[in-house]
Amino acid sequence: MQAFDLYAILPELVLLIATCLLLVVSVYVRERVISTPGVEQDIFHTPRGVGFVYFFSLILLAYLIFAFISRMGDPALVAMNGLFQSDPFSNLLKACSCIAVLVSLIYSKQYLMDRALFRPDFIVLALLALLGQFVLISGANLLTLYLGLELMALPTYALVAMRHSSEKSVEAGIKYFILGALASGFLLYGMSMLYGVTGSLDLIEIFKTVADPRVNHLVMAFGLVFIVAGLAFKLGVVPFHMWVPDVYQGAPTAVTLMIAAAPKLAAFALLFRLLVNTLLPLLGDWQPMLVLLAVLSLVVGNVTAIAQTNIKRMLAYSAIAQMGFVLLGMLSVFDDHAFSAAMFYAITYVLTTLGTFGLLMALSRKGYDCETLDGLKGLNKKHPWFAFIGLVMMFSLAGIPPTVGFAAKLGVLEALVDAEHTFLAVIAVIASLIGAFYYLRVVKVMYFDEPEHEIAVSGSGFAKGILSLNGILVLVIGIVPAGLMSLCLDAMRRTLLGS
Amino acid sequence: MILSYAIWTPIVFGLIILFYGSERSTAGVRWLTLIGAVLSFIATLPLLINFDIANSGMQFVEKVSWIPRYDINYHLGIDGISVWFIVLTAFINVIVVIAAWEVIQTKVSQYMASFMILSGLMIGVFCALDALLFYVFFEATLIPMYIIIGVWGGHNRIYAAFKFFLYTLLGSLLTLIAMLYLYNVTNTFDILAWQNARLDIVEQILLFAAFFMAFAVKVPMWPLHTWLPDVHVEAPTGGSVVLAAIMLKLGAYGFLRFSLPIAPDASQYLGPFVIFLSLVAVIYVGAVALVQKDMKKLVAYSSVAHMGFVTLGFFLFSPLGIEGGIVQMISHGFVAGAMFLSIGVLYDRMHTRQIADYGGVVHRMPAFTAFAVLMAMANCGLPATSGFVGEFMVILAAVDYDFVIGILAATALILGAAYSLWMVKRVFFGTVNNAHVEELKDLNGREYFLMAVLSICVIGMGVYPKPFTDIIHPAVINLLQHVAVSKL
Repeated sequence: MQAFDLYAILPELVLLIATCLLLVVSVYVRERVISTPGVEQDIFHTPRGVGFVYFFSLILLAYLIFAFISRMGDPALVAMNGLFQSDPFSNLLKACSCIAVLVSLIYSKQYLMDRALFRPDFIVLALLALLGQFVLISGANLLTLYLGLELMALPTYALVAMRHSSEKSVEAGIKYFILGALASGFLLYGMSMLYGVTGSLDLIEIFKTVADPRVNHLVMAFGLVFIVAGLAFKLGVVPFHMWVPDVYQGAPTAVTLMIAAAPKLAAFALLFRLLVNTLLPLLGDWQPMLVLLAVLSLVVGNVTAIAQTNIKRMLAYSAIAQMGFVLLGMLSVFDDHAFSAAMFYAITYVLTTLGTFGLLMALSRKGYDCETLDGLKGLNKKHPWFAFIGLVMMFSLAGIPPTVGFAAKLGVLEALVDAEHTFLAVIAVIASLIGAFYYLRVVKVMYFDEPEHEIAVSGSGFAKGILSLNGILVLVIGIVPAGLMSLCLDAMRRTLLGS
Repeated sequence: MILSYAIWTPIVFGLIILFYGSERSTAGVRWLTLIGAVLSFIATLPLLINFDIANSGMQFVEKVSWIPRYDINYHLGIDGISVWFIVLTAFINVIVVIAAWEVIQTKVSQYMASFMILSGLMIGVFCALDALLFYVFFEATLIPMYIIIGVWGGHNRIYAAFKFFLYTLLGSLLTLIAMLYLYNVTNTFDILAWQNARLDIVEQILLFAAFFMAFAVKVPMWPLHTWLPDVHVEAPTGGSVVLAAIMLKLGAYGFLRFSLPIAPDASQYLGPFVIFLSLVAVIYVGAVALVQKDMKKLVAYSSVAHMGFVTLGFFLFSPLGIEGGIVQMISHGFVAGAMFLSIGVLYDRMHTRQIADYGGVVHRMPAFTAFAVLMAMANCGLPATSGFVGEFMVILAAVDYDFVIGILAATALILGAAYSLWMVKRVFFGTVNNAHVEELKDLNGREYFLMAVLSICVIGMGVYPKPFTDIIHPAVINLLQHVAVSKL
């Protein structure tokens, strides 16, 4: 291994080693257990050293964020004999993933403590999933991509089923596992066909070979169908979306956040790596598939969300529709503007999702999960500031200016009109209009209804502060989106130039 | 910088009130809001004082890059068409704040903050010269209005709030696509550059249709007006005043800024169609107003009829017609605002808006009746009130355009007189109808002040409209030059 390789994979190595160390050390660090009467202690997992693990993982994540941000200016590097690439695109996405996981952990702490889930293994699993995302985002080879995907997915399956006293949680875990495994199978099958046709696992090699007219186009298109289906599963778009609502609803909210936020970025990266970086010459084949998936997701996601009374389920359908928008961003001809618009969309969607689920967790307390619309009733009467954050989040998801959701939708719609898909843009805005209804309903419940239950905001002052900051950011980036937009554009441009 | 001050003073005050208000006393919030509203109004006055009548182009221009990625600029500027609406918006905001003084008792700071922010956003719409900036302000106004209707509205407020939001969102989303299309053609979001862009007739008609959806819903034009009566009935008094006085004008203003100069051939081509819709609004909706039992609904339908006059004037493509339409918009801002305030005065005392519950109010509230009758007269276009000036100009232009259209438009005066005066008769005159009316108290000082100020505006504008038309005229001529040049 060359020093050059070591530099490229250094953050991943640090994360891996630190995670393993944390896992081992946590067994030996004992903390004073304050047993509160009435709360049953989980006999299998006495909270050993969790405070220590939590604290160090926050520091670790902060270091990683710093590391990736400082690497943002680096040119694209390919390391480990072409298995791994570290380019501006991956550095930006990794930094965002780290931030998402960091913020998720901060929001989740109180929620998990109240449910006796705040344990070292939770945090370690979350960190391992993050490592998987890193590998996936940086994959330069079909095998690395697959490795990263599985490393991201496996800890998440365990996280979903973590609340093993809850039937729903276990059911969601099994469902997620089986469907996820199926999707991986699809993807792997598609990859094997690509390998069979092109004779290489290396993304750049495949890219060069695919354009070759001597390659059997039919087999490749067939493999492409499987790859797109696998991707659609991972992104959770219609008609491969069945797992999304059940898993969102069944998992503890903290885990839902772990699934709903950072992995979307990794899934976007996978989409980009496979379809743009590798299979761009097959543009004419995969774009019609994406059109179908995107339109179905927008319509089914938004229409079905109207019927939901469980917020987590509603947000799941909302996520399906939002991912449809991300797919729409991929529909332009080879254009860094359009792809960066999709990237901006994915990043800002994650930012909004963090705040939304963070708010739900802040409103949950011991013995009560804020999951239904009723749980938000009259929030404005008791906690106007948190109601305001909720309002900003909902309008951002609905894409109403001056929130960041509007800037994101603007970019994608602009790319669509630019690519002469004006009709698709019209469908997209009509779907958003339908979507606006259920986002407005959440605002209505918070602002117009009288409180029925006791509403309390739990969590440390630090978590509340971060939540407030999150809300303000959604508004501020919405008003001044230029900075993040040019960051995305710059990363995308330099990455595309490099490949 | 004057325009930026006009936009951001109320918004900054609104934000301060929003965050300052929750713990402090409501009296402090009210006074702070009033100071903010008055300061915001004062901030708009230099626009009138320094306005250069001879200059038909954009004045007080500010241009700062905002989203360089799409060449979107924070580009502000006003001409004779927009300047009066900025002043009017800030003025109506002061009126609304005073009108809410002791009426609103729940969540005072949020109420006041909503109106302050809303006022700043609406001024932004009138100032924006960048289409995307326009769109952001245009859409953002929905958020405070949604909250205003939903939190402080009447019995069926939630239905009204949703209807308002979704109805207007439908139109504006299509407009966004039209804007993106124009951006794609011209590579800029500059409205003034769009006015010179060459477009073929099919493009123009599609763009016109997309813009029409947004602006016709907002105006509202028949048959897209059905949201307005529902929303007016449920909105709190302040919400109704702002909605009728300013928000409807955003749509009409959009016609002048976008539809006419950007798609002139389509506007000419579809002009007769829009004139038809306007006449339906004037006559049919006027007749509908006649049979209303709820006062707010009656005034709401009368607003639709009056705005029909505005769009009629615009699509006659003559200076007189467009100027008449604009004067009518300003006048309607005063008159409709005052009408809704009057209904608010009655509602605060009786908690009913049904015409049948009133009768003989004049015996208990003589001063109020004097003002209300004046406003009703202005509503039906009595000479020497502001309502007369605009309608007369539009009717003159209509006669000039086509005699039959002129006749049809003039029937509006009769219908307007019918529904306004019949309502006045049933509510104010006659014998005292019931015990509740018997207990009515006349205007207090605050209400007296509001009605007096509005009356001065209505009569002042009716007697001496020259300052208005002088400022509007060059800008309208400039606009018509754009419309006259074919882009084919």
